[in-house]
Amino acid sequence: MLYTNLKHIESAADHAKILSENENVMVVCGRMGPMCIPVYGIAEEIEKEYKHVKFCDMEFDNPESHVIRNLPEVRGFMGIPFTIYYKNGKVAKATSSIQTKGQVTSILNNEFGAPSKG
Amino acid sequence: MATETNHFDAVVIGGGPAGLTAGIYLSRARVKTLILNEGTVGGQMVLTHEIANYPGVESISGYQLGNIMKKQALSFGCEIKSNISIKEMELKGDVKTFVLSDGSVYTSNIVIITSGGRSRTLGVPGEDNLKGRGISYCATCDGDFFTDKEIVVVGGGNSALEEAVSLTKYASKITIVHQFDNFQAFEHAIEEARKNPKISFVMESTITAFYGDERLESVDIKNLKTGDVTNFKTDGTFIFIGYIPNTEFIKDKVELNQWGEIVVKNDMSTSVEGVYAAGDSITKRFRQVTTAVGDGTIAALASSAYLNELKKKLKK
Repeated sequence: MLYTNLKHIESAADHAKILSENENVMVVCGRMGPMCIPVYGIAEEIEKEYKHVKFCDMEFDNPESHVIRNLPEVRGFMGIPFTIYYKNGKVAKATSSIQTKGQVTSILNNEFGAPSKG
Repeated sequence: MATETNHFDAVVIGGGPAGLTAGIYLSRARVKTLILNEGTVGGQMVLTHEIANYPGVESISGYQLGNIMKKQALSFGCEIKSNISIKEMELKGDVKTFVLSDGSVYTSNIVIITSGGRSRTLGVPGEDNLKGRGISYCATCDGDFFTDKEIVVVGGGNSALEEAVSLTKYASKITIVHQFDNFQAFEHAIEEARKNPKISFVMESTITAFYGDERLESVDIKNLKTGDVTNFKTDGTFIFIGYIPNTEFIKDKVELNQWGEIVVKNDMSTSVEGVYAAGDSITKRFRQVTTAVGDGTIAALASSAYLNELKKKLKK
């Protein structure tokens, strides 16, 4: 179980539903470990600012997370979390292992656009 | 410019156990306090899967303990700004000034630096690009990606040797690369590693480059005695070469020792009046959640007493 305040994706069906209902989605797929927790923390921190992005997590060891573990974009990944950025249901970007807030927001701004001010 | 609302009695730099403890004590004493935190609140503590030696709590994850401390600090009125960095600061004088990465400006009368530490990296070509693609700093996180693979572990301390032994659950072969001719780990850790048939050793050597396209394929290992460089095929590399204090941003502001740790007196005061420090970034031998909490308490109480005197002085 992931102890975060993010929306938890529990199943492949849940994953598909979120992608179909949201244009921009960021999913952090990991465990409650040292490399993953900081990325969940960043997502929680910026969730309110990036209102046009749906932030979610998914437990890496959940068998249903095959929807992320089997993506061609994560071939070669050998470090969790796998963080996937979806635009209109398609993978726009994927990263492996811990990321800084700067790295995350840079991807969000490039792929989904910067948050509007005010 | 700092406005009235941007002035705090105390600014705490860092939101690990030392900083959160200072935040709890100061806020509870009605000292208007702001914690500025560059990463996730909780510091290194949140990276610990299980804490079983924190008195009064049988077992808890570092993440949960960090969140409880954060809630406690907030409940007393402490303000916290996370994932923000300090662009400029002035620590001299009775009013300290901070310019943050978002352009906002804050001032305070006292400062407690609890910036903690981070894992040391090798800083060699290929390391950044192949992080998460064969290079890892966490055996419990990524060990299972290396099942039946041949890997390298870098380091010679307790973490390196203990994690190498734990990685033998997954990897078929482990080569430990260490820069010295002896290990700095405790004897029992050395013995465990030496008697493990999956582990071999390359001493007095260091990795000078990582190679790979989609994932790590090989490393250059340099023999530090002869200077010879050998390209070594490997599926993964785990790096455990210690921690460094996060003090680069104050290196010209307060006195640091040769390892970059902040020099403090018994009351956690630094070389600059009104500036205190606590936790993993200060000069000390033992770095534990409990010692960070103790340091944070002392820094809060001592700085609070200083603040009272300063306010009296400023009123005159």
